[in-house]
Amino acid sequence: MVSVDVQGSSNALIQVRSLEKTYHRGSEELHVLQRLDLDVEAGDFVAFMGPSGSGKSTLLNLLGGLDTPTSGSIKVAGDEITRLSAGELTQWRARHVGFVFQMYNLIPVLTAYQNVELPLLLTSLSRSERRRHVEAAMALVGVADRMQHYPGQLSGGQGQRVGIARALVADPTFLLCDEPTGDLDRKSADEIMDLITRLSEEQGKTVLLVTHDPLAAQRAGAVLHLEKGVLVEAAIARTAG
Amino acid sequence: MPIPITYNLRSLRVRWTSSIVAVLGIAGTVGVFVAMLALAQGFKATLVSSGSSQNAIIRRAGATSEMESVLTRDSIRVIQDASAIERASAGPLGSPEVVVIAPFPLRRTGTDANVQIRGVSPLALKVRSNIRIIAGRFFQSGMNELVVGRNVALSYSGFDLGGTVRFGGGTWTVVGVFNGEGSAFDSEVWCDANVLNQVYQRPPNLFQSVTVRLASPGQFRELKDALTSDPRLNVQVDREIEYYEKQSRQLTTLITVLGAIVAVVMGIGAVFGALNTMYSAVVERSREIATMRAIGFATGSVVASFIIEALCIAFVGGILGCIAVLPLNRLTTGAMNWQTFSYLAFAFRVTPPLLIAGLLFALLMGLIGGVPPAIRAARAPVASALREL
Ligand SMILES: Nc1ncnc2c1ncn2[C@@H]1O[C@H](COP(=O)(O)OP(=O)(O)OP(=O)(O)O)[C@@H](O)[C@H]1O
Ligand SMILES: [Mg+2]
Repeated sequence: MVSVDVQGSSNALIQVRSLEKTYHRGSEELHVLQRLDLDVEAGDFVAFMGPSGSGKSTLLNLLGGLDTPTSGSIKVAGDEITRLSAGELTQWRARHVGFVFQMYNLIPVLTAYQNVELPLLLTSLSRSERRRHVEAAMALVGVADRMQHYPGQLSGGQGQRVGIARALVADPTFLLCDEPTGDLDRKSADEIMDLITRLSEEQGKTVLLVTHDPLAAQRAGAVLHLEKGVLVEAAIARTAG
Repeated sequence: MPIPITYNLRSLRVRWTSSIVAVLGIAGTVGVFVAMLALAQGFKATLVSSGSSQNAIIRRAGATSEMESVLTRDSIRVIQDASAIERASAGPLGSPEVVVIAPFPLRRTGTDANVQIRGVSPLALKVRSNIRIIAGRFFQSGMNELVVGRNVALSYSGFDLGGTVRFGGGTWTVVGVFNGEGSAFDSEVWCDANVLNQVYQRPPNLFQSVTVRLASPGQFRELKDALTSDPRLNVQVDREIEYYEKQSRQLTTLITVLGAIVAVVMGIGAVFGALNTMYSAVVERSREIATMRAIGFATGSVVASFIIEALCIAFVGGILGCIAVLPLNRLTTGAMNWQTFSYLAFAFRVTPPLLIAGLLFALLMGLIGGVPPAIRAARAPVASALREL
């Protein structure tokens, strides 16, 4: 179960304690996250909402090891990631995190297949094993027939499916999705949310989702609001599982 | 595993226009660099091929070139008695020689250039086995006759077979053309040494050098020891091949140094071209780089990837530069031989080692132009790069 008012250690997959992130803009200090606590258990599907500039992306970047907090601790599967060196953090990301971006962030000069294969290049899998994983991931998200297409030849929805395939192909510990439907029309957005929901329910993936879209947030097992630097639990839309 | 090289190759293909400046800069630099080296190489090869390992050239001790040397007929007789010298029916194979220079008009420009005129012995062709008469005949002993190297026949007016030229106060008839196999002799005019002394009103018993043919190349040391220890002589003995190699050194060094300076100056420009191309590639692709970093590619992989990309640009530039100078190969040109003050014809030699040197130079420029942008690419903070649209 997700919880936001925890203290001490727990058995949760992701344990965030007293997390602070302060940006400096000239002499001005911007306290984006202020002693934020959070537990996310394996298999949870959490949606983060909040006004623009409230720090949702900041939080996700910290959880994904893309940025380091001003203070506080982030423990994932027992690893205190705030203590990792930059190099260790990079390796940790490769093993544990699957990122889904608002703009898909596919590499335009690589085919859909090659884009999905990228995270596997950081594993010890053989070429044929990689092929198997890529094909499985692309089939799972429904773009098996688009492998040799370049990102520019894909629709928005297809592009994001490829992005999701890339995020999950190396079987990461959790998926971080920052406004994955923010750039899509209603229909494509619903299809992408169907897919993410299915990954959570059928594949048991741990999903952390940032969204402005209440319809998208509704799919999550828990919706948390980021307000004044801390998380507040909103109405729980559905019980997990 | 590193970032796949396909990524760089396709990126280059997609954005090829922005690489043109870098490619052309490197190509131009490599072209000039290889051309200069080919010039030095050609000059050196021409002089070195003039010498034979079986020949020795004997001059007065201390004379740096033939021009400064004097040998009397008596000492030449002593020299030719040495047992290491090959003997033919006509006697020991040695050619006592005198050299002068005289100006003649170049066909191409009409301006005068100095030609080296070598008075030789009638045995000279037996001593220098690499020289063959290709038209007419060899001069007759005692006559005002000339045989001319093939470059002389080609490059100067008046040296046609059967024609006459005037120099040194005498009138000479061209009776033959010889092929010196690309050596410095191709740029020389030969005549009877005794006649040359007469015409120039020099003492008849004085020569400048004697070139002898050894019975075998291995007997050089024996000859050298015999002659330098002989109390009647005061001479220096050199292998002919080394004598000419030494002659080439000054100009080859000069060309090489000049070439290096030009290459470095142009290279700096080319490096800035590469830097500019790569920096803009890094800026344009900051989101892609950040995405790869987010996925888990290490900073080292990003650095390597962009360096490889710069090296690809440099390689293309290097290949283009090499292709551009290939037509220079065997192209004949000329330069002043400062040791003899005469004009020497020689050909550019664009050899495989020079082309490889050119390519390595291109890669070096690519490396220097690629490293700083690659490091910037890897250093950029991932989170803020992803934030930018
Ligand atoms: N590198 C930075 N330097 C300074 N301020 C920053 C930096 N990154 C983010 N901020 C500021 O931190 C605050 C939170 O930004 P963040 O991107 O986390 O918001 P968000 O909730 O994701 O907003 P949105 O819904 O618009 O994506 C914003 O005011 C932003 O301007
Ligand atoms: Mg955001």
